[in-house]
Amino acid sequence: MIHVGLNHFLFISTVLFSLGIFGIVTRKNAVMVLMGIELILNAANINFIAFSKFGNLGYPGQLMALFVIVLAAAEAAVALAIVLNIYKQFSTVNVDEIDTLKD
Amino acid sequence: MNIYDIIFYLFAVITVISSIFVVIVRNIVHSAFYLLFTFFGVAGIYILLGADFVAIVQLIVYVGGILILMIFGVMLTNKITNVQIKSGAWQIVPAVIGVGALGSFLYYTFINTNWKTGNIEITLSTTHNLGVLLMNQYVVVFELLGILLLIALIGAATIARK
Repeated sequence: MIHVGLNHFLFISTVLFSLGIFGIVTRKNAVMVLMGIELILNAANINFIAFSKFGNLGYPGQLMALFVIVLAAAEAAVALAIVLNIYKQFSTVNVDEIDTLKD
Repeated sequence: MNIYDIIFYLFAVITVISSIFVVIVRNIVHSAFYLLFTFFGVAGIYILLGADFVAIVQLIVYVGGILILMIFGVMLTNKITNVQIKSGAWQIVPAVIGVGALGSFLYYTFINTNWKTGNIEITLSTTHNLGVLLMNQYVVVFELLGILLLIALIGAATIARK
């Protein structure tokens, strides 16, 4: 078993990113789509912090991860407000049934 | 294989398996709880990378804030008494093929790139250095993030109570 290095962390972030894309593409519920987005943001954060340790980044890499976490919080709040409004309007949160704009 | 590697593989297995369950479990509340384990595993990986402050912020903001918000969203948009809480899924097979191709391409690129690596010593407690950096070099970003959070708060409240 080889020593844990940069590639191990990059592998985990790749898996998280792929699973996030998978969740966004396959699930119908809008809240599940949000969870997929959170997985993708976590994958990006793992990359930032891994390169802050193994690359030549240092502390700015960790600061970027903090900024991403703040943006994720703001995004989740606004997105859930929109989801609640959609539920009030259409009585469903399935993203495939909300196609009024198409007609 | 030392203790660092063993802890890394423990957290890696927790993260990967629970995130797989997040996207394949039918019940949304169950996948929200699997997301909890994913966030815990990612926080452990941050600690292994020497980012203790980011790990604590991850626990407070993600587990304490965003996940609770998501569960609220699930509770408010589904009739709990019905069996409506199940979430449908479609296009599984094309998604598996496409995502597998994308992921393997990404990882192939990662391992074949000659990353510029160096050895920056990160001290054991990063909070002091991060605070100094945040108040000097990155103070504009810090203030802008504060304004952004205020805008997001007002916007979310306005949209939700319309």
